[in-house]
Amino acid sequence: MGFEQFIFYVFAALLVFAALRVVTVRNPVHAVLFLVLAFFSSAALWLLLEAEFLALVLVLVYVGAVMVLFLFVIMMLDIDIAVLREGFTRYVPVGVFVGLAIVVEMALVLIRYFALPAGAAPKQLPADYSNTRMLGDVLYTHYVYSFEIAAAILLVAIIAAIVLTLRRRPDTKHQDPARQVRVRRRDRIRIVKMDAEKKTP
Amino acid sequence: MVNTLFTIWSGLPQDVQIPALIIAKIVVILVPLLLSVAYLTFAERKIIGYMQLRIGPQRVGPHGWLQPIADTLKLLLKEIVIPGKANRFLFLLAPVLSIGPALAAWAVIPFGRGMTLANVDAGLLFLLALTSMGIYGVLIAGWASNSKYAFLGAMRSAAQMVAYEIAMGFALVGVLMASGSLNLGKIVLAQQGGILHWFWLPLLPLFFIYFISGVAETNRAPFDVAEGESEIVAGFHVEYSGMAFAIFFLAEYANMILISTLAAVLFLGGWLSPFEGTILQGYLAWVPGTAWLLIKTVGFLFLFLWFRATFPRYRYDQIMRLGWKVFIPITIVWLFVEGAAILFHLQPWFA
Repeated sequence: MGFEQFIFYVFAALLVFAALRVVTVRNPVHAVLFLVLAFFSSAALWLLLEAEFLALVLVLVYVGAVMVLFLFVIMMLDIDIAVLREGFTRYVPVGVFVGLAIVVEMALVLIRYFALPAGAAPKQLPADYSNTRMLGDVLYTHYVYSFEIAAAILLVAIIAAIVLTLRRRPDTKHQDPARQVRVRRRDRIRIVKMDAEKKTP
Repeated sequence: MVNTLFTIWSGLPQDVQIPALIIAKIVVILVPLLLSVAYLTFAERKIIGYMQLRIGPQRVGPHGWLQPIADTLKLLLKEIVIPGKANRFLFLLAPVLSIGPALAAWAVIPFGRGMTLANVDAGLLFLLALTSMGIYGVLIAGWASNSKYAFLGAMRSAAQMVAYEIAMGFALVGVLMASGSLNLGKIVLAQQGGILHWFWLPLLPLFFIYFISGVAETNRAPFDVAEGESEIVAGFHVEYSGMAFAIFFLAEYANMILISTLAAVLFLGGWLSPFEGTILQGYLAWVPGTAWLLIKTVGFLFLFLWFRATFPRYRYDQIMRLGWKVFIPITIVWLFVEGAAILFHLQPWFA
């Protein structure tokens, strides 16, 4: 077993372990942290596949931004685990069904298109091969329409989310920065000259 | 003596030689880094002292020069107190998570022509990914301490870092558009040709936004609401003591140096001489590139300290407004301007 293979098995084991802990651990904050570990291990696996752009973007977007917001929300909410566990037996059949369906779908894709378990090894690429450049070349030529449609859909989603949360509440103590900046000294204070008062004995 | 060492070295198998060389390089990078962190704290106290008409630390060693050593010793010998209701594992993991990315990021920094530990093709992306992970240390520290002040500090810091990371990312997009590469060495080489060819001029708004976001990302004054001594004691690290606290401190200062170095590399031509193309170029050719990089970095570090002595702390909602409503729109507009400049081959930057 080569060193690369050793690293692969270490990260693969870590990934499987972390993914299992995400659903079995009791504390929601711990679950999110295990999810972070799972993302990180899969990024390491992608690095082994020489897909460094995807690996780094996975860390940047999911670990660095999405999971931070997740953690932020979960830490803020006071989640009662007992309430969460109430409907467990009721949802088990649905959960098992969805899980099995995903496993079957993944297996079909992997066996059909990647010819597992004995697919061809990926090509060894020269050291100066730029993953990022190739990805950009393909993305902005072959897949430019799907890429831009996806971007437009995301933009619509952003605007929709903002519109949904945007409401005027007259009772908040919200401050308008533009008005704050416009304030001049003479609006607020007045300096009055007056003589010193004599102390009366 | 040297010859025997050399024979021992060449006698080693290559599988040992390469890791040994890498570890040696890591030591060569990290030891000066940790020393400069120690003396940055000293410089901070001295400089802010003089700005406030004091003289700063003066007692330990000549003119106080041994003060950082004494501070380190004191922190090493102090007890690490773990609060009774804290989550023990996460409480101790948090400092590790904040120092790890702060040190690992130095792997891709070019200190001179070809002087880098790992010449990664996507170096800029690697840096962005790693600096975005530093937040976990803060978040976990705040949560695991099981303390209100620590938690408030962590929440503030998380929201602030996410906001400024976007502006910072866009500023870096501008740099990679101008240089056409994600590799830091190539970014520096793309700025060749003297002080007016460096990216600070064509990317002036992005340069300012990058540095201000950098100050915000490192939680330094005037963006230090995560610590906010006057409101929430010390923010996320209020429950930490001894070495555990020192590691947070170390990470903060290492990140300051990192942001300054990056600002020098990305916008001020890294190791390139500022006198390129002038009469002085020949006279100053003996100065090593690393020295130029060091001078530029120290300049930015001075700005960090100057800010702290000058500005009052931002109010929290103003921080958020500045990040989301001012910086992000400016960066997007400037990316369009830059795109047009590239399209029309604006000389001399986008030839």
